Amino acid sequence: MTEMLNLTLKVWRQEGPDSPGAFETYTTTVADDASFLEMLDYVNEDLIDNDREPIVFDHDCREGICGTCGVMIDGQAHGPQKATATCQLHMRQFNDGDEIVIEPFRAAAFPVVKDLMVNRASFDRIIEAGGYIDVTTGGTPDANLIPIPKDAAEAAMDAAACIGCGACVAACPNSAANLFTSAKMQHLNLLPQGQAERWDRSVAMVEKMDEFFGSCRNYGECGEACPKEISIDFIAMMNRDYVKAQWTNRRRLGERKVG
Amino acid sequence: MTISLDPRIPDGPLADKWDNHLFDMKLVNPSNRRKFKVIVVGTGLAGGACAATMGALGYDVQVFTFHDSPRRAHSIAAQGGINAAKNYQADGDSIYRLFYDTIKGGDFRSREANTYRLAQVSLNIIDQCVAQGVPFAREYGGLLSNRSFGGAQVSRTFYARGQTGQQLLLGAYQALAQQIEAGSCTLHNKMEMLDLVVDAEGNAAGIIARDLVSGELSRHSAHAVVLATGGYSNSYFLSTNAMNSNATAAWRAHKKGAAFANPCYTQIHPTCIPPADEFQSKLTLMSESLRNDGRIWVPASVDDVDTPPAQIPEDRRDYYLERKYPAFGNLVPRDIASRNAKTMVDAGKGVGPLHNGVYLDFASAIERLGKDLIEERYGNLFEMYERITGENPYETPMRIYPATHYTMGGLWVDYNLQTTVPGLFALGECNFSDHGANRLGASALMQGLSDGYFVGPPTVANYLSGKLGTEPVPTDDPIFETAEAELRGRIDQLMAIKGTKSVDHYHRELGRLVWDYIGMSRNEAGLEKALAEIPALREEFWRDVKILGTPEGVNQSLEKALRVADFMELAELQAKDALDRVESCGGHFREESQTPEGEALRDDENYQYVAAWEYGGPNIAQDTVLHKESLVFEDVTPSQRSYK
Repeated sequence: MTEMLNLTLKVWRQEGPDSPGAFETYTTTVADDASFLEMLDYVNEDLIDNDREPIVFDHDCREGICGTCGVMIDGQAHGPQKATATCQLHMRQFNDGDEIVIEPFRAAAFPVVKDLMVNRASFDRIIEAGGYIDVTTGGTPDANLIPIPKDAAEAAMDAAACIGCGACVAACPNSAANLFTSAKMQHLNLLPQGQAERWDRSVAMVEKMDEFFGSCRNYGECGEACPKEISIDFIAMMNRDYVKAQWTNRRRLGERKVG
Repeated sequence: MTISLDPRIPDGPLADKWDNHLFDMKLVNPSNRRKFKVIVVGTGLAGGACAATMGALGYDVQVFTFHDSPRRAHSIAAQGGINAAKNYQADGDSIYRLFYDTIKGGDFRSREANTYRLAQVSLNIIDQCVAQGVPFAREYGGLLSNRSFGGAQVSRTFYARGQTGQQLLLGAYQALAQQIEAGSCTLHNKMEMLDLVVDAEGNAAGIIARDLVSGELSRHSAHAVVLATGGYSNSYFLSTNAMNSNATAAWRAHKKGAAFANPCYTQIHPTCIPPADEFQSKLTLMSESLRNDGRIWVPASVDDVDTPPAQIPEDRRDYYLERKYPAFGNLVPRDIASRNAKTMVDAGKGVGPLHNGVYLDFASAIERLGKDLIEERYGNLFEMYERITGENPYETPMRIYPATHYTMGGLWVDYNLQTTVPGLFALGECNFSDHGANRLGASALMQGLSDGYFVGPPTVANYLSGKLGTEPVPTDDPIFETAEAELRGRIDQLMAIKGTKSVDHYHRELGRLVWDYIGMSRNEAGLEKALAEIPALREEFWRDVKILGTPEGVNQSLEKALRVADFMELAELQAKDALDRVESCGGHFREESQTPEGEALRDDENYQYVAAWEYGGPNIAQDTVLHKESLVFEDVTPSQRSYK
């Protein structure tokens, strides 16, 4: 049965990227079958009724797949429930009387736009650097021409499940984006179709990542925070491909010179 | 202004039309392509695919999305799969069969030539996606896996776990990202198109957009404008669409001369999680694939609605779909499954705390196949259900209820996907063309990618070829100035209201009217009521809505208000169209037109046409003008759908 929860919220409010921010405290009473974002909607309706500007937060599909939402809840990216994006988190995970601290994802590469909304364009830059397979439209062979071992297809799919929310970066003490980058890279590197550009892709994505993000120290916080439970094994695979790419690319360069 | 509804269907036999047309259309010389500027609005499957393709061909493509990243477009949420007539399973599929199923599923309210082309192109889509690295499900031999989906009697659906939409969109997004890096596509993210600019001759000249971060308005001109901006399910407030999905771009285009077709054709998806309380913000879809193994039932007697399902013995359960439709059972098309659920709930047999659902029960599938196999097939969906409801579907049946999911209606387009405004194209869900009155499962992804990769680029090029040597209208031209000034006026007017109730309040009220009167079943009295109440609500909105803050910077209330203002107008046209069509077809069920058994009854004699509405003025019900495009069936004979 539905229970009502009385909650105290400490929410980060910040006017813009260069403005100072601060926590504001709100109290609310909400049904435990509401989602976390519905709770914020409800608080916002109350703020509007009282002529106070609503809290800005990013969200869209509310089904845990678009990767738009994401806040720090009591210091955890996407909150306390494993494998759950903020929009899929429900209030039954909390108790009557709880105080909940809500902050934006914090990382130098994710500047705050306003309140809880951050700019994650740096992720797009990593994909643009090499996170694709170069095929133009049309002229592709029949889809069943190359059999792909089920294991490879499944592993690629495991990586491809990344929704690009940025929780891995927010959870990392170094604000590293290795989990995101490795998932995007290994999705393609594990497939036969991705081999032609494998070594160039590996270098290009890592180097673009390094322009924005901190270094990975294998804390493993990223994997814990990931709403899609992307394995940190992909980081190891990325590191392997990056090192191997240095040699392979150098050798190829030499071959080209010789040829 | 009078509009032409010439569908421009190429001559020749159905199977040859597209190939003939590809040859007949004009090409643009590779060295001339960069001289043409094309605006693409929306980065879902249709928009992302079209932009990437046209960018790679060498056009100067300007891409707009209101998301922070193109990857977040709502195509990403599609779960079940994508159809293609590959016949990899050798179970009798063919292009013609996919075409026939689609046109029949749409209750013979779509164009033969468009639907056939969709089935044809479906083959190329799968090849394209696999080459891009889309990780479709595979068999142990390494070949692609297929499943039967949404009542199809062949296995033609390709899928990637429960996230086919995300994987296909990532393919299109990655292709787009490559073109952005190459400089052929320019991305304008966090930019929402708020108006279309049309030149003196009535051609599309560009758009006015608002930067959602700075609040600045900007003008963008081009040789052609492509809209791929999705559907209007959020006129219902509660739907399975993403919170930001809206009809503004399409509606603004309509007000600038693009006819809007069949707005009453909306799809109510049968398997969603029922609302839990009145603050619910959106509804969550549970993939239709669940109906492959789940059995739908309600208690046979209203006395049992509060009895725990485990305590209701078999003989006190009504598996109503299996009873009424023995041939298709739980796999009847979406419109039929939805309507039957409503009938049961209306009869007082709804289950759950609010008595607003029916059971979808996996007990017999678990007994027959084992829990492991069910977990492999649906594990992620079961987890999602448990997160939302707190109930474990391995132990107790799911509760489901229909919710608005997709809109078949949209901007009228000809065979070239061009609207009634020359130079304005509409791709994907925002056009009306391929699904008739009801869309089959796994066909939306197919249409989005068909339009985006394969149909839009050559037809837009054909239009551009006639523009060689011309420049886009400069953005300091009075037509841009006027359009921007009008938009600024609209924003200032909204900000100046300083009323008493939030935008969400009005959106929710609108949704209630649309759901009650233009929902799963419609009748004359209800639609008349909607036509009276929607304008009244709109008037109240413009008098009383409360938007805090300023138009500068991020203002999510203002963003919503601009969208809701347009939904308030579109909803009236939905009601008007539904009232006008006194027949039942697909998702449009008029209570006045049904068989003695309560099934939808079409009226081909009087309604075998596309209703294309021309904007005439602010008093929508009175001012909008109806134009009819007759549907001509040369290859198929419309029949009464039967799934018994």
